[in-house]
Amino acid sequence: MSSDLEVTRSHPVPDPGIPEHVERWTDVDPEASRRAERQVAACFGAVPLLALGFVAVYFFMPKTWAVQFAGLHAQAQNFWLGLLGGVAILLVGIGAVQWARLIMGDHEISEERHPASSTAADRDEVLGEVDEGIAQSDLPRRKLIGTTLKIALPSLALPALVTLLDMGPWPGPGTRAATIETTIWAEGVHLVTDVTYKRIKATEMAVGELVNAMPENIQDLNNDPAAKARATAKAAIIIVRMDPSTIKIPESRKDWQPTGPDGKPSGIVCYSKICTHVGCPISLWEHQTHHLLCPCHQSTFDLGNSGVVVFGPAARSLPQLPITTDSEGYLIARSGFTVPVGPSYFERDSNHDYKDGDN
Amino acid sequence: MSDRTRRRRTHSSPLRRAALIGAALAVMGGLSAIASPTVSQASPLPTEVGTGQQIFTKNCASCHGLNGEGVNVNGTAVGPNIQNVGAAAVAFQMSSGRMPRAGQQQQSRRNTNTFTADEIQAVAEYVAAMGNGPAIPNESQYSTSGLTAEQIAKGGELFRTNCSACHNYAGKGGALSDGNYAPPLTGTGVTNQEIWEAVRTGPQNMPIFSPTQLSDEDVRTVIAYLSAVNSSPDSGGYSLGGVGPVTEGAAAWIIGIGGLVGFALWIASRGARAR
Repeated sequence: MSSDLEVTRSHPVPDPGIPEHVERWTDVDPEASRRAERQVAACFGAVPLLALGFVAVYFFMPKTWAVQFAGLHAQAQNFWLGLLGGVAILLVGIGAVQWARLIMGDHEISEERHPASSTAADRDEVLGEVDEGIAQSDLPRRKLIGTTLKIALPSLALPALVTLLDMGPWPGPGTRAATIETTIWAEGVHLVTDVTYKRIKATEMAVGELVNAMPENIQDLNNDPAAKARATAKAAIIIVRMDPSTIKIPESRKDWQPTGPDGKPSGIVCYSKICTHVGCPISLWEHQTHHLLCPCHQSTFDLGNSGVVVFGPAARSLPQLPITTDSEGYLIARSGFTVPVGPSYFERDSNHDYKDGDN
Repeated sequence: MSDRTRRRRTHSSPLRRAALIGAALAVMGGLSAIASPTVSQASPLPTEVGTGQQIFTKNCASCHGLNGEGVNVNGTAVGPNIQNVGAAAVAFQMSSGRMPRAGQQQQSRRNTNTFTADEIQAVAEYVAAMGNGPAIPNESQYSTSGLTAEQIAKGGELFRTNCSACHNYAGKGGALSDGNYAPPLTGTGVTNQEIWEAVRTGPQNMPIFSPTQLSDEDVRTVIAYLSAVNSSPDSGGYSLGGVGPVTEGAAAWIIGIGGLVGFALWIASRGARAR
């Protein structure tokens, strides 16, 4: 105990103590002192004026006014509210600091610090009281009370645990298959443009064209916004058309795109719009490089090579939707997605995702 | 050749110029005789095609080929085939100063256009005659007049669905892969006509949005939305590029924290002493 204090008190250089107090200019010159007082009072005195200005701007400045200078083009009311309110608060602080620096007493003092631990006598007394309390509770003799209490307290965790576990369906294989592993895409569903819901004719798509699209049956959910949002989050797609001679079409995906009049692949392919990393919607498509870039973490997918990852943190290829045309030439889905779309989760089976070089 | 165009070619001698034009004309004549493209049969070419061809041969053919077929050097494309890009693409690239391109940089940037509207029109007609592509729009196709607030709001929805991924929700542009970028659409002199032309022709890496998915009416509402965004004052003061947390965070750290450090130094500083 005492040796600890010795260690903390041994400094390599002697304590110089508090420096000699030198009076400030405002302490000795009455004129300087009055000037400081006026400065502080001016700061505080301006605050009510600014506050009144704030209220006046709030009620009387038309919202349509704008201020424009030095590259700023801002709504005038917001600009003045912020300026007047901000300067008012700032002046309170500046006045207070100036007051403390120039007028309040500035004699330095030092407070001695004492050891934080109690004395040995105090500690012995407290421990003695604890022992006496245990003896008085009679717990050492009446074991039944102790045992039941030990069971009673942990059992209270059970209601909490059960209610927490029952917050949603247990994410077993059945629930996953019915929710995150499926979309509203199905055989024969038309591909329509997002927002305007127009069907898309294969022959009218130009090479280099990108369509942000949706399944036509998304409109069935118009009366249930929550369900529509959930379905949109998984079913959003992009359709692109590339020159078929510039892209790789694996044998297994030859019939995943409509054929042109000559019976050859048309180069119109359809992918999920949801990044396989953490699920951002992506449509930053460069039609010369065929790269699709995710703006969130820069994952880049090659849509000319079945959506394989060419850069970034995504681990799996972008799922491709098999499509074809109906009798009138409009794009329709051949089936739903063959693998779950969207970001990874612990139980996801990645064995069926397309890997670079697969056929 | 007009006086104006002649004055601009100060680098090559008249003899060489004449030889070049002669060679170009010979190749063109020979090819049209052999291939006899449909355009030459349909109707006599407009007179402007003559001027357009001259400008094209001198400013465009070194990269795009004398017939717009593109040029490859050792398997690397110097300039792409532009036979089917249409007049709209020519008008966009030339009026925004992107073409003729100064050099083989990563991406052709917006630049000062040195051609007159008539010259651009002539080149556009010449290139349009090579194949099929969108024509230069007339004003009713991109004019924003007569649109209701509701239609402009719809244009905002279309913009956020189809354009904002690359061009940012306020049209400020953004980064793409490999050093490419989507240019800003507001505040840089981009005209409504150029936006229409870019949507329809897909310049450089931008995808094409054909009339099937975005009608002219839709494009008009998108342009009107951009104009509205660009002209309305910012509610939050400086927009700092409109790119979100990066510039805002930098401003908060440098100006905000820097200001606090300054105040801390002032609070702790010793004022004037009596001696």
